[in-house]
Amino acid sequence: MHEMTLAESIRDLIDAQAAKEGFRRVHTVELEIGQLAAVDVPALRFALNIALRGSVAGDAELAITEPSGQAMCVQCSTPVELAQRGDPCPACGSYELTVVSGGQMRVSGLVVY
Amino acid sequence: MCTTCGCGTSQPHSHEHGHTHEHGHSHEHTHAGQQGRRLSLEQDILSENNRYAAANRAYWRALGVFALNLVSSPGSGKTSVLVRTIEALRGEVPLAVIEGDQQTDNDAQRIHAAGAPAIQINTGKGCHLDAHAVGHAAQDLNLSSGGLLLIENVGNLVCPAAFDLGEAHKVAVLSVTEGEDKPVKYPDMFAAADVLLLNKIDLLPYVDFDVARALAYARRVNPGIRVFQISARNGEGLTAWFDWLRDGCEQARREMPQPPGR
Repeated sequence: MHEMTLAESIRDLIDAQAAKEGFRRVHTVELEIGQLAAVDVPALRFALNIALRGSVAGDAELAITEPSGQAMCVQCSTPVELAQRGDPCPACGSYELTVVSGGQMRVSGLVVY
Repeated sequence: MCTTCGCGTSQPHSHEHGHTHEHGHSHEHTHAGQQGRRLSLEQDILSENNRYAAANRAYWRALGVFALNLVSSPGSGKTSVLVRTIEALRGEVPLAVIEGDQQTDNDAQRIHAAGAPAIQINTGKGCHLDAHAVGHAAQDLNLSSGGLLLIENVGNLVCPAAFDLGEAHKVAVLSVTEGEDKPVKYPDMFAAADVLLLNKIDLLPYVDFDVARALAYARRVNPGIRVFQISARNGEGLTAWFDWLRDGCEQARREMPQPPGR
């Protein structure tokens, strides 16, 4: 539901960069949306189609990567991949996991001209 | 690849595909591989919200205010918990409330009636409070030093998880009339919260709600979550919650920066 808010934030961020760096068109918007970030990527693409319309990134490609969640098991000290919060450690079955990454939502870069 | 004419940019732009440029299409556009450049940003999409949240946190810290962000699905009893809390702590701690709902100021009226200043933020179609709106509301409330600020978020177990408002803690409210598996159905919110209020425990004899299982689910997504089992209706379990709030206020006052020369 908050994907439209995120899309508008992305547009504002691109507009601010355009003012600072002086580019007029964006060829590619590179986004990194972690799998634990509670963002529905198809919904975000849909929202960006609307939010970016008429902006410098109006016809930009969206290159979205979705890194998986990474966690550390407190019980067996194993670094594990976490598809979603609430899953157990695949090695020992414990739920005591400390999430290390996967919640990030970043504009990693822009290809501009 | 170039979106205008479909040519690749990684290899020399040879026109071996028999396509001649006779269609009057001038190459005024630049190709990313030739003149385009890549800017590396690594910027958080919510960085603007997070900046406002950091400003709120600094403002509240300077005032010694203990701020909490209450989150839950609609109907879990957040406002009733606030009313009970205000009735118990008013006169002891300066209290203020920020209410978030899509529409109406019904909740702010209930808080006023209970005896605390309240500001209603109507988000319209918005599904969450953001740090910018909350910062303005907090300014308008003229918070007293050393007080307790309670922010009741929009009833929604998804979106508010991502938005830091500058609070000391997110407090998730779950009621026993909901499913006991909510913490694993909506794991992001229960992972973002530090405190869980299990509300409406007076109704346990009438509903099929397994408390042990619900708490086990909550600890799956957040092993360190602190739990209070309460009933805002009959007051059961509220003493421990109030004591935790008093401790939080006391700590916020202790951590308040002292004016220079003292």
